[in-house]
Amino acid sequence: MRDQIINYSYLIAAVLFMLGLKKLSSPATARNGNRLSMLGMTIAIIATLFKQEIVSFNLIVIGVVTGSVIGAVTAKKVKMTAMPEMVAIFNGFGGGASALVAISVYHRLTPNFESFLLIALLLSVIIGAITFTGSVIAFGKLHGIVSGSPIVYTGQQVVNGMLGIVMVALVVGVFIVPADLKVFYGIFTLALVLGVLFVIPIGGADMPVVISLLNSYSGVAVSMTGFVLNNNALIIVGSMVGAAGLFLTMIMCKAMNRSLANVLFGAFGAVKEGAVAVGSTVTGAVKSYTIEDAFIILENAESLIIVPGYGMAAAHAQHAVRELADLLEGKGVEVRYAIHPVAGRMPGHMNVLLAEADVPYDKLFAMEEINDDFPHTDVALVIGANDVVNPAAKNNPGSPIYGMPVLNVEEAKTVIVLKRSMNPGFAGIENELFLMDNTMMIFGDAKQTLHDIISHLKD
Amino acid sequence: MEGSILIGIYVFVLAIFLGFELISKVPPTLHTPLMSGANAISGITLVGAIVAAGLDVDVRLTTAIGLAAVILATINVVGGYLVTDRMLEMFKKKEK
Repeated sequence: MRDQIINYSYLIAAVLFMLGLKKLSSPATARNGNRLSMLGMTIAIIATLFKQEIVSFNLIVIGVVTGSVIGAVTAKKVKMTAMPEMVAIFNGFGGGASALVAISVYHRLTPNFESFLLIALLLSVIIGAITFTGSVIAFGKLHGIVSGSPIVYTGQQVVNGMLGIVMVALVVGVFIVPADLKVFYGIFTLALVLGVLFVIPIGGADMPVVISLLNSYSGVAVSMTGFVLNNNALIIVGSMVGAAGLFLTMIMCKAMNRSLANVLFGAFGAVKEGAVAVGSTVTGAVKSYTIEDAFIILENAESLIIVPGYGMAAAHAQHAVRELADLLEGKGVEVRYAIHPVAGRMPGHMNVLLAEADVPYDKLFAMEEINDDFPHTDVALVIGANDVVNPAAKNNPGSPIYGMPVLNVEEAKTVIVLKRSMNPGFAGIENELFLMDNTMMIFGDAKQTLHDIISHLKD
Repeated sequence: MEGSILIGIYVFVLAIFLGFELISKVPPTLHTPLMSGANAISGITLVGAIVAAGLDVDVRLTTAIGLAAVILATINVVGGYLVTDRMLEMFKKKEK
Protein backbone atom coordinates (compact mmCIF):
# COMPACT_ATOMS: atom_id res chain seq x y z
CA MET A 1 0.00 0.00 0.00
CA ARG A 2 2.67 2.45 1.07
CA ASP A 3 4.77 1.52 -1.96
CA GLN A 4 1.82 2.06 -4.24
CA ILE A 5 1.21 5.55 -2.94
CA ILE A 6 4.88 6.34 -3.40
CA ASN A 7 4.81 5.04 -6.95
CA TYR A 8 1.69 7.04 -7.80
CA SER A 9 3.40 10.13 -6.40
CA TYR A 10 6.26 9.50 -8.82
CA LEU A 11 3.76 9.28 -11.65
CA ILE A 12 2.26 12.63 -10.65
CA ALA A 13 5.75 14.10 -10.50
CA ALA A 14 6.55 12.80 -13.99
CA VAL A 15 3.34 14.33 -15.36
CA LEU A 16 4.19 17.66 -13.75
CA PHE A 17 7.67 17.56 -15.32
CA MET A 18 6.12 16.99 -18.73
CA LEU A 19 3.63 19.82 -18.27
CA GLY A 20 6.49 22.02 -17.17
CA LEU A 21 8.44 21.30 -20.33
CA LYS A 22 5.33 21.86 -22.42
CA LYS A 23 4.78 25.28 -20.92
CA LEU A 24 8.31 26.24 -21.95
CA SER A 25 6.97 26.64 -25.48
CA SER A 26 6.15 30.29 -24.78
CA PRO A 27 7.96 32.91 -22.71
CA ALA A 28 4.61 33.91 -21.22
CA THR A 29 3.90 30.53 -19.64
CA ALA A 30 7.46 29.32 -19.13
CA ARG A 31 7.88 30.53 -15.56
CA ASN A 32 4.74 28.76 -14.40
CA GLY A 33 5.95 25.67 -16.20
CA ASN A 34 9.17 25.73 -14.24
CA ARG A 35 7.16 26.05 -11.03
CA LEU A 36 5.02 23.04 -11.93
CA SER A 37 8.24 21.17 -12.45
CA MET A 38 9.48 22.28 -9.00
CA LEU A 39 6.22 21.06 -7.49
CA GLY A 40 6.72 17.70 -9.17
CA MET A 41 10.22 17.46 -7.73
CA THR A 42 8.98 18.32 -4.24
CA ILE A 43 6.30 15.63 -4.44
CA ALA A 44 8.83 13.04 -5.60
CA ILE A 45 11.25 13.89 -2.80
CA ILE A 46 8.64 13.88 -0.05
CA ALA A 47 7.24 10.57 -1.29
CA THR A 48 10.72 9.06 -1.21
CA LEU A 49 11.16 9.98 2.44
CA PHE A 50 8.35 7.53 3.25
CA LYS A 51 10.19 4.57 1.79
CA GLN A 52 10.55 1.68 4.20
CA GLU A 53 14.22 1.10 3.45
CA ILE A 54 15.07 4.44 5.00
CA VAL A 55 15.97 3.99 8.64
CA SER A 56 18.00 7.08 9.40
CA PHE A 57 17.35 10.63 8.34
CA ASN A 58 20.52 12.22 9.72
CA LEU A 59 22.60 12.02 6.59
CA ILE A 60 19.64 12.90 4.38
CA VAL A 61 19.02 16.10 6.31
CA ILE A 62 22.71 17.03 6.33
CA GLY A 63 22.98 16.37 2.61
CA VAL A 64 19.82 18.18 1.59
CA VAL A 65 20.55 21.23 3.74
CA THR A 66 24.16 21.48 2.55
CA GLY A 67 23.16 21.03 -1.08
CA SER A 68 20.28 23.49 -0.85
CA VAL A 69 22.43 26.21 0.66
CA ILE A 70 25.18 25.79 -1.91
CA GLY A 71 22.70 25.56 -4.77
CA ALA A 72 20.60 28.53 -3.68
CA VAL A 73 23.53 30.82 -2.99
CA THR A 74 25.24 30.12 -6.31
CA ALA A 75 21.97 30.42 -8.22
CA LYS A 76 21.28 33.83 -6.67
CA LYS A 77 24.77 35.18 -7.09
CA VAL A 78 25.71 34.04 -10.56
CA LYS A 79 25.85 36.71 -13.25
CA MET A 80 23.77 36.16 -16.36
CA THR A 81 26.93 36.33 -18.46
CA ALA A 82 28.27 33.34 -16.50
CA MET A 83 25.20 31.22 -17.18
CA PRO A 84 26.92 28.72 -19.51
CA GLU A 85 29.46 27.63 -16.90
CA MET A 86 26.75 27.58 -14.23
CA VAL A 87 24.60 25.21 -16.26
CA ALA A 88 27.66 23.12 -17.05
CA ILE A 89 28.65 22.63 -13.42
CA PHE A 90 25.13 21.90 -12.16
CA ASN A 91 24.82 19.37 -14.91
CA GLY A 92 28.08 17.78 -13.86
CA PHE A 93 26.82 17.45 -10.30
CA GLY A 94 23.69 15.70 -11.55
CA GLY A 95 25.78 13.24 -13.54
CA GLY A 96 28.10 12.69 -10.59
CA ALA A 97 25.14 12.03 -8.29
CA SER A 98 23.76 9.40 -10.68
CA ALA A 99 27.12 7.64 -10.76
CA LEU A 100 27.36 7.68 -6.95
CA VAL A 101 23.85 6.28 -6.55
CA ALA A 102 24.79 3.42 -8.87
CA ILE A 103 28.00 2.82 -6.91
CA SER A 104 26.09 2.63 -3.65
CA VAL A 105 23.70 0.11 -5.17
CA TYR A 106 26.72 -1.89 -6.30
CA HIS A 107 27.97 -2.09 -2.73
CA ARG A 108 24.56 -3.02 -1.43
CA LEU A 109 23.92 -5.87 -3.86
CA THR A 110 27.38 -7.25 -4.55
CA PRO A 111 28.00 -9.95 -5.64
CA ASN A 112 24.48 -11.02 -6.62
CA PHE A 113 23.64 -9.20 -9.83
CA GLU A 114 21.29 -10.02 -12.61
CA SER A 115 23.09 -9.26 -15.81
CA PHE A 116 20.64 -6.62 -17.03
CA LEU A 117 20.92 -4.79 -13.72
CA LEU A 118 24.69 -4.91 -13.90
CA ILE A 119 24.70 -3.46 -17.42
CA ALA A 120 22.46 -0.56 -16.36
CA LEU A 121 24.53 -0.03 -13.25
CA LEU A 122 27.79 0.13 -15.19
CA LEU A 123 26.30 2.47 -17.79
CA SER A 124 25.09 4.74 -15.04
CA VAL A 125 28.54 4.79 -13.43
CA ILE A 126 30.40 5.31 -16.70
CA ILE A 127 28.11 7.95 -18.22
CA GLY A 128 27.63 9.72 -14.90
CA ALA A 129 31.38 9.90 -14.28
CA ILE A 130 32.11 11.15 -17.80
CA THR A 131 29.42 13.80 -17.37
CA PHE A 132 30.91 14.86 -14.07
CA THR A 133 34.52 15.43 -15.09
CA GLY A 134 33.57 16.56 -18.60
CA SER A 135 31.33 19.24 -17.12
CA VAL A 136 33.98 20.30 -14.63
CA ILE A 137 36.45 20.82 -17.50
CA ALA A 138 33.78 22.64 -19.54
CA PHE A 139 33.16 24.84 -16.51
CA GLY A 140 36.89 25.50 -16.25
CA LYS A 141 37.14 26.42 -19.91
CA LEU A 142 34.14 28.73 -19.82
CA HIS A 143 35.27 30.31 -16.57
CA GLY A 144 38.80 30.87 -17.87
CA ILE A 145 40.48 28.53 -15.37
CA VAL A 146 41.38 26.04 -18.09
CA SER A 147 42.62 27.30 -21.45
CA GLY A 148 39.69 27.80 -23.80
CA SER A 149 41.69 26.75 -26.83
CA PRO A 150 41.69 23.10 -27.86
CA ILE A 151 44.34 21.07 -26.03
CA VAL A 152 45.73 18.62 -28.57
CA TYR A 153 48.81 16.44 -28.65
CA THR A 154 50.18 13.89 -31.07
CA GLY A 155 48.69 10.45 -30.74
CA GLN A 156 45.67 11.80 -28.89
CA GLN A 157 43.25 9.66 -30.85
CA VAL A 158 45.42 6.59 -30.32
CA VAL A 159 45.58 7.16 -26.57
CA ASN A 160 41.83 7.65 -26.37
CA GLY A 161 41.23 4.58 -28.49
CA MET A 162 43.46 2.48 -26.26
CA LEU A 163 41.72 3.72 -23.12
CA GLY A 164 38.43 2.79 -24.77
CA ILE A 165 39.72 -0.76 -25.25
CA VAL A 166 40.87 -0.90 -21.61
CA MET A 167 37.36 0.17 -20.61
CA VAL A 168 35.78 -2.64 -22.62
CA ALA A 169 38.20 -5.11 -21.02
CA LEU A 170 37.31 -3.88 -17.52
CA VAL A 171 33.60 -4.16 -18.23
CA VAL A 172 34.09 -7.73 -19.37
CA GLY A 173 36.11 -8.25 -16.19
CA VAL A 174 33.26 -7.10 -13.97
CA PHE A 175 30.97 -9.67 -15.51
CA ILE A 176 33.48 -12.38 -14.73
CA VAL A 177 34.25 -11.24 -11.18
CA PRO A 178 31.42 -8.89 -10.13
CA ALA A 179 32.66 -8.68 -6.55
CA ASP A 180 36.15 -7.45 -7.43
CA LEU A 181 36.28 -3.88 -6.16
CA LYS A 182 39.52 -3.15 -8.03
CA VAL A 183 37.91 -3.85 -11.39
CA PHE A 184 34.76 -1.93 -10.52
CA TYR A 185 36.59 1.12 -9.25
CA GLY A 186 38.94 0.85 -12.22
CA ILE A 187 35.94 1.45 -14.44
CA PHE A 188 34.83 4.42 -12.37
CA THR A 189 38.30 5.99 -12.39
CA LEU A 190 38.80 5.41 -16.09
CA ALA A 191 35.42 6.99 -16.83
CA LEU A 192 36.45 10.06 -14.84
CA VAL A 193 39.64 10.29 -16.90
CA LEU A 194 37.74 9.82 -20.17
CA GLY A 195 35.45 12.74 -19.25
CA VAL A 196 38.48 15.01 -19.00
CA LEU A 197 40.06 13.74 -22.21
CA PHE A 198 36.76 14.10 -24.05
CA VAL A 199 36.40 17.82 -23.37
CA ILE A 200 39.98 19.18 -23.39
CA PRO A 201 40.45 18.98 -27.19
CA ILE A 202 37.28 20.99 -27.80
CA GLY A 203 37.61 24.75 -28.30
CA GLY A 204 35.68 27.47 -26.51
CA ALA A 205 33.48 28.32 -29.48
CA ASP A 206 32.30 24.70 -29.71
CA MET A 207 31.10 24.78 -26.12
CA PRO A 208 27.41 25.09 -27.06
CA VAL A 209 27.64 21.60 -28.55
CA VAL A 210 29.56 20.16 -25.63
CA ILE A 211 27.23 21.57 -22.98
CA SER A 212 24.18 20.31 -24.84
CA LEU A 213 25.72 16.89 -25.22
CA LEU A 214 26.76 16.65 -21.56
CA ASN A 215 23.21 17.66 -20.67
CA SER A 216 22.01 14.75 -22.73
CA TYR A 217 24.49 12.41 -21.03
CA SER A 218 23.31 13.38 -17.57
CA GLY A 219 19.78 12.50 -18.67
CA VAL A 220 20.88 9.10 -19.93
CA ALA A 221 22.73 8.48 -16.65
CA VAL A 222 19.52 9.24 -14.77
CA SER A 223 17.60 6.78 -16.95
CA MET A 224 20.14 4.07 -16.30
CA THR A 225 19.91 4.76 -12.57
CA GLY A 226 16.16 4.39 -13.02
CA PHE A 227 16.69 0.89 -14.44
CA VAL A 228 18.99 0.07 -11.53
CA LEU A 229 16.44 1.22 -8.96
CA ASN A 230 13.51 -0.09 -10.98
CA ASN A 231 11.99 3.39 -10.83
CA ASN A 232 9.96 4.48 -13.85
CA ALA A 233 9.96 8.15 -12.87
CA LEU A 234 13.72 8.26 -13.23
CA ILE A 235 13.55 6.41 -16.53
CA ILE A 236 11.00 8.88 -17.93
CA VAL A 237 12.76 12.00 -16.71
CA GLY A 238 16.15 10.75 -17.81
CA SER A 239 15.04 9.97 -21.33
CA MET A 240 13.25 13.31 -21.68
CA VAL A 241 16.34 15.19 -20.54
CA GLY A 242 18.47 12.99 -22.76
CA ALA A 243 16.22 13.83 -25.71
CA ALA A 244 16.33 17.55 -24.88
CA GLY A 245 20.10 17.57 -24.79
CA LEU A 246 20.36 15.60 -28.00
CA PHE A 247 17.87 17.89 -29.71
CA LEU A 248 19.89 20.98 -28.78
CA THR A 249 23.11 19.24 -29.79
CA MET A 250 21.67 18.58 -33.22
CA ILE A 251 20.51 22.19 -33.62
CA MET A 252 23.95 23.46 -32.65
CA CYS A 253 25.74 21.11 -35.04
CA LYS A 254 23.41 22.08 -37.87
CA ALA A 255 24.04 25.75 -37.16
CA MET A 256 27.75 25.12 -37.58
CA ASN A 257 27.28 22.80 -40.55
CA ARG A 258 29.38 20.18 -38.83
CA SER A 259 28.71 16.66 -37.76
CA LEU A 260 28.80 15.78 -34.11
CA ALA A 261 31.79 13.53 -34.77
CA ASN A 262 33.62 16.44 -36.35
CA VAL A 263 33.02 18.68 -33.33
CA LEU A 264 34.09 16.00 -30.87
CA PHE A 265 37.04 14.49 -32.65
CA GLY A 266 37.69 16.84 -35.56
CA ALA A 267 40.29 18.93 -33.72
CA PHE A 268 39.46 22.11 -35.55
CA GLY A 269 43.13 23.02 -35.47
CA ALA A 270 43.97 20.30 -37.93
CA VAL A 271 41.87 21.83 -40.71
CA LYS A 272 43.02 25.36 -40.26
CA GLU A 273 46.51 25.18 -41.77
CA GLY A 274 45.24 24.67 -45.30
CA ALA A 275 42.57 27.26 -44.79
CA VAL A 276 44.85 30.09 -43.83
CA ALA A 277 46.66 29.76 -47.13
CA VAL A 278 43.43 29.95 -49.11
CA GLY A 279 41.99 32.57 -46.82
CA SER A 280 44.87 34.89 -47.50
CA THR A 281 43.34 35.87 -50.84
CA VAL A 282 41.84 38.63 -48.76
CA THR A 283 44.11 41.62 -49.04
CA GLY A 284 44.18 45.14 -47.77
CA ALA A 285 44.53 46.62 -44.36
CA VAL A 286 41.92 47.03 -41.72
CA LYS A 287 40.89 50.63 -41.29
CA SER A 288 40.04 51.68 -37.80
CA TYR A 289 37.29 54.23 -37.35
CA THR A 290 36.37 56.45 -34.45
CA ILE A 291 33.35 56.82 -32.21
CA GLU A 292 32.37 59.98 -34.12
CA ASP A 293 32.25 58.10 -37.43
CA ALA A 294 29.92 55.53 -35.92
CA PHE A 295 27.82 58.23 -34.32
CA ILE A 296 27.25 60.02 -37.63
CA ILE A 297 26.27 56.79 -39.37
CA LEU A 298 23.90 55.73 -36.59
CA GLU A 299 22.29 59.13 -36.30
CA ASN A 300 21.42 59.15 -39.98
CA ALA A 301 20.22 55.56 -40.10
CA GLU A 302 16.59 54.55 -40.41
CA SER A 303 17.02 50.88 -39.71
CA LEU A 304 19.51 49.00 -37.58
CA ILE A 305 20.11 45.34 -36.95
CA ILE A 306 22.22 44.50 -33.92
CA VAL A 307 24.22 41.29 -34.13
CA PRO A 308 25.53 40.23 -30.72
CA GLY A 309 28.20 37.60 -30.16
CA TYR A 310 30.26 36.18 -27.35
CA GLY A 311 32.14 39.50 -27.14
CA MET A 312 28.98 41.17 -25.86
CA ALA A 313 28.83 38.66 -23.01
CA ALA A 314 32.54 38.96 -22.28
CA ALA A 315 32.28 42.76 -22.08
CA HIS A 316 28.99 42.63 -20.11
CA ALA A 317 27.69 45.06 -22.72
CA GLN A 318 24.05 43.95 -22.88
CA HIS A 319 22.70 46.86 -20.85
CA ALA A 320 24.64 49.38 -22.93
CA VAL A 321 23.23 47.74 -26.06
CA ARG A 322 19.73 48.22 -24.76
CA GLU A 323 20.39 51.85 -23.85
CA LEU A 324 21.72 52.58 -27.32
CA ALA A 325 18.73 50.86 -28.90
CA ASP A 326 16.32 52.91 -26.76
CA LEU A 327 17.97 56.16 -27.74
CA LEU A 328 17.93 55.32 -31.42
CA GLU A 329 14.33 54.15 -31.29
CA GLY A 330 13.50 57.46 -29.66
CA LYS A 331 14.93 59.10 -32.77
CA GLY A 332 12.74 56.96 -35.01
CA VAL A 333 15.26 54.28 -35.96
CA GLU A 334 13.89 50.77 -36.39
CA VAL A 335 16.03 48.49 -34.21
CA ARG A 336 16.03 44.70 -34.38
CA TYR A 337 18.37 41.96 -33.23
CA ALA A 338 19.68 39.06 -35.26
CA ILE A 339 20.59 36.01 -33.18
CA HIS A 340 22.73 33.29 -34.66
CA PRO A 341 22.03 29.90 -33.06
CA VAL A 342 25.64 29.43 -31.96
CA ALA A 343 26.35 33.00 -30.92
CA GLY A 344 27.80 32.84 -27.43
CA ARG A 345 28.72 29.81 -25.44
CA MET A 346 25.44 27.93 -25.07
CA PRO A 347 22.13 27.65 -26.91
CA GLY A 348 20.09 30.80 -26.30
CA HIS A 349 22.94 32.58 -24.49
CA MET A 350 22.37 35.92 -26.27
CA ASN A 351 18.61 35.80 -25.69
CA VAL A 352 19.09 35.46 -21.95
CA LEU A 353 21.52 38.37 -21.79
CA LEU A 354 19.25 40.63 -23.83
CA ALA A 355 16.27 39.57 -21.72
CA GLU A 356 18.28 40.55 -18.66
CA ALA A 357 18.69 44.00 -20.21
CA ASP A 358 14.92 44.15 -20.80
CA VAL A 359 15.04 43.92 -24.57
CA PRO A 360 11.56 42.78 -25.67
CA TYR A 361 11.85 39.29 -27.08
CA ASP A 362 9.72 40.10 -30.11
CA LYS A 363 12.63 42.22 -31.34
CA LEU A 364 14.95 39.22 -31.40
CA PHE A 365 14.98 37.37 -34.68
CA ALA A 366 16.45 34.01 -35.54
CA MET A 367 18.84 33.84 -38.46
CA GLU A 368 16.31 32.47 -40.98
CA GLU A 369 13.78 35.14 -40.08
CA ILE A 370 16.01 38.13 -40.61
CA ASN A 371 18.75 37.13 -43.00
CA ASP A 372 16.96 38.46 -46.10
CA ASP A 373 16.46 41.86 -44.53
CA PHE A 374 20.08 42.94 -44.42
CA PRO A 375 20.11 44.36 -48.01
CA HIS A 376 17.47 46.92 -47.07
CA THR A 377 18.97 47.78 -43.72
CA ASP A 378 21.06 50.88 -43.19
CA VAL A 379 23.35 49.64 -40.45
CA ALA A 380 24.35 46.26 -39.10
CA LEU A 381 26.01 46.66 -35.71
CA VAL A 382 28.16 43.63 -34.93
CA ILE A 383 29.10 43.43 -31.26
CA GLY A 384 31.78 40.90 -30.50
CA ALA A 385 30.66 38.35 -33.09
CA ASN A 386 33.11 36.93 -35.58
CA ASP A 387 32.66 33.51 -37.15
CA VAL A 388 28.88 33.82 -37.35
CA VAL A 389 29.23 36.87 -39.63
CA ASN A 390 32.18 35.64 -41.70
CA PRO A 391 31.35 35.73 -45.43
CA ALA A 392 34.06 33.11 -46.01
CA ALA A 393 31.48 30.55 -44.89
CA LYS A 394 29.61 31.36 -48.11
CA ASN A 395 32.35 32.06 -50.64
CA ASN A 396 35.60 30.40 -49.58
CA PRO A 397 35.54 26.61 -49.98
CA GLY A 398 38.96 26.44 -48.29
CA SER A 399 37.75 27.98 -45.08
CA PRO A 400 37.20 25.67 -42.12
CA ILE A 401 33.78 27.18 -41.61
CA TYR A 402 32.75 26.92 -45.27
CA GLY A 403 29.12 25.84 -45.50
CA MET A 404 28.15 27.08 -42.05
CA PRO A 405 25.02 29.25 -42.26
CA VAL A 406 26.00 32.82 -41.37
CA LEU A 407 24.31 36.18 -41.00
CA ASN A 408 24.57 38.25 -44.19
CA VAL A 409 25.63 41.41 -42.40
CA GLU A 410 27.87 42.56 -45.25
CA GLU A 411 24.75 43.21 -47.34
CA ALA A 412 23.72 46.08 -45.09
CA LYS A 413 24.66 49.56 -46.32
CA THR A 414 27.14 50.00 -43.49
CA VAL A 415 28.51 47.45 -41.08
CA ILE A 416 29.88 48.68 -37.79
CA VAL A 417 31.98 46.09 -36.01
CA LEU A 418 32.88 46.50 -32.35
CA LYS A 419 35.82 44.31 -31.56
CA ARG A 420 38.37 44.12 -28.79
CA SER A 421 41.37 43.72 -31.08
CA MET A 422 42.29 42.47 -34.51
CA ASN A 423 43.08 39.02 -33.13
CA PRO A 424 41.27 36.58 -35.34
CA GLY A 425 38.57 34.69 -33.45
CA PHE A 426 38.42 31.04 -32.72
CA ALA A 427 40.82 28.82 -34.71
CA GLY A 428 42.43 31.89 -36.24
CA ILE A 429 40.13 32.16 -39.22
CA GLU A 430 40.47 35.42 -41.09
CA ASN A 431 37.36 37.45 -41.59
CA GLU A 432 37.21 39.43 -44.80
CA LEU A 433 34.18 41.28 -43.48
CA PHE A 434 36.60 43.40 -41.48
CA LEU A 435 38.36 44.53 -44.68
CA MET A 436 35.31 45.41 -46.74
CA ASP A 437 34.66 48.95 -47.90
CA ASN A 438 31.32 49.23 -46.15
CA THR A 439 32.72 47.97 -42.85
CA MET A 440 33.76 50.30 -40.05
CA MET A 441 35.94 48.67 -37.42
CA ILE A 442 35.95 50.22 -33.98
CA PHE A 443 38.44 48.62 -31.62
CA GLY A 444 38.15 48.63 -27.88
CA ASP A 445 35.99 47.34 -25.08
CA ALA A 446 32.47 47.00 -26.48
CA LYS A 447 30.80 48.37 -23.37
CA GLN A 448 33.02 51.44 -23.30
CA THR A 449 32.56 52.05 -27.02
CA LEU A 450 28.80 51.82 -26.68
CA HIS A 451 28.82 54.22 -23.74
CA ASP A 452 30.85 56.70 -25.79
CA ILE A 453 28.42 56.49 -28.69
CA ILE A 454 25.51 56.88 -26.28
CA SER A 455 26.95 60.04 -24.72
CA HIS A 456 27.42 61.48 -28.22
CA LEU A 457 23.82 60.68 -29.07
CA LYS A 458 22.60 62.32 -25.90
CA ASP A 459 24.37 65.62 -26.70
CA MET B 1 11.86 -8.91 -12.81
CA GLU B 2 11.74 -9.85 -16.51
CA GLY B 3 8.43 -8.06 -16.94
CA SER B 4 9.44 -4.90 -15.14
CA ILE B 5 12.62 -4.62 -17.23
CA LEU B 6 10.54 -4.83 -20.37
CA ILE B 7 8.14 -2.19 -19.11
CA GLY B 8 11.10 -0.03 -18.18
CA ILE B 9 12.47 -0.28 -21.70
CA TYR B 10 9.06 0.58 -23.17
CA VAL B 11 8.85 3.62 -20.93
CA PHE B 12 12.39 4.64 -21.84
CA VAL B 13 11.82 4.49 -25.58
CA LEU B 14 8.42 6.18 -25.52
CA ALA B 15 9.63 8.96 -23.23
CA ILE B 16 12.46 9.75 -25.65
CA PHE B 17 9.90 10.37 -28.39
CA LEU B 18 7.74 12.41 -26.05
CA GLY B 19 10.78 14.41 -24.98
CA PHE B 20 11.68 15.23 -28.57
CA GLU B 21 8.09 16.21 -29.30
CA LEU B 22 7.84 18.53 -26.30
CA ILE B 23 11.23 20.10 -26.74
CA SER B 24 10.97 20.78 -30.44
CA LYS B 25 8.18 23.24 -29.57
CA VAL B 26 10.48 25.36 -27.39
CA PRO B 27 11.49 28.56 -29.23
CA PRO B 28 15.24 29.26 -29.61
CA THR B 29 14.93 32.27 -27.35
CA LEU B 30 14.22 29.93 -24.43
CA HIS B 31 16.93 27.39 -25.16
CA THR B 32 19.10 28.40 -22.21
CA PRO B 33 16.26 28.13 -19.65
CA LEU B 34 15.21 24.89 -21.33
CA MET B 35 18.64 23.50 -20.77
CA SER B 36 18.94 24.61 -17.17
CA GLY B 37 15.35 23.54 -16.44
CA ALA B 38 15.88 20.09 -17.95
CA ASN B 39 19.08 19.94 -16.00
CA ALA B 40 17.27 20.64 -12.75
CA ILE B 41 14.75 17.90 -13.51
CA SER B 42 17.58 15.43 -14.06
CA GLY B 43 18.42 16.00 -10.40
CA ILE B 44 15.53 13.56 -9.76
CA THR B 45 18.34 11.12 -9.21
CA LEU B 46 18.16 12.65 -5.70
CA VAL B 47 15.38 10.15 -5.07
CA GLY B 48 17.89 7.32 -5.36
CA ALA B 49 20.49 9.25 -3.39
CA ILE B 50 18.10 9.76 -0.48
CA VAL B 51 17.46 6.05 -0.22
CA ALA B 52 21.19 5.31 -0.37
CA ALA B 53 21.93 7.81 2.40
CA GLY B 54 19.15 6.58 4.65
CA LEU B 55 19.87 2.85 4.58
CA ASP B 56 20.84 0.65 7.48
CA VAL B 57 24.17 1.86 8.75
CA ASP B 58 26.02 -1.44 8.87
CA VAL B 59 27.34 -0.60 5.42
CA ARG B 60 29.17 2.64 6.18
CA LEU B 61 30.59 3.11 2.72
CA THR B 62 27.17 2.94 1.10
CA THR B 63 25.73 5.67 3.26
CA ALA B 64 28.81 7.87 2.87
CA ILE B 65 28.49 7.58 -0.90
CA GLY B 66 24.79 8.25 -0.48
CA LEU B 67 25.51 11.45 1.43
CA ALA B 68 27.82 12.71 -1.32
CA ALA B 69 25.16 11.85 -3.89
CA VAL B 70 22.48 13.71 -1.92
CA ILE B 71 24.64 16.84 -1.74
CA LEU B 72 25.47 16.82 -5.44
CA ALA B 73 21.91 16.07 -6.54
CA THR B 74 20.43 18.71 -4.24
CA ILE B 75 22.78 21.37 -5.60
CA ASN B 76 21.66 20.30 -9.07
CA VAL B 77 17.96 20.48 -8.20
CA VAL B 78 17.86 23.63 -6.07
CA GLY B 79 20.45 25.58 -8.04
CA GLY B 80 19.02 24.48 -11.37
CA TYR B 81 15.44 25.46 -10.57
CA LEU B 82 16.32 28.79 -8.98
CA VAL B 83 18.58 29.85 -11.80
CA THR B 84 15.93 28.85 -14.34
CA ASP B 85 13.33 30.82 -12.43
CA ARG B 86 15.61 33.86 -12.41
CA MET B 87 16.02 33.67 -16.16
CA LEU B 88 12.35 33.11 -16.89
CA GLU B 89 11.40 36.03 -14.69
CA MET B 90 13.42 38.27 -16.99
CA PHE B 91 11.61 36.93 -20.01
CA LYS B 92 8.25 37.39 -18.40
CA LYS B 93 8.72 41.05 -17.56
CA LYS B 94 8.39 41.95 -21.20
CA GLU B 95 4.78 40.83 -21.21
CA LYS B 96 3.66 44.14 -19.73
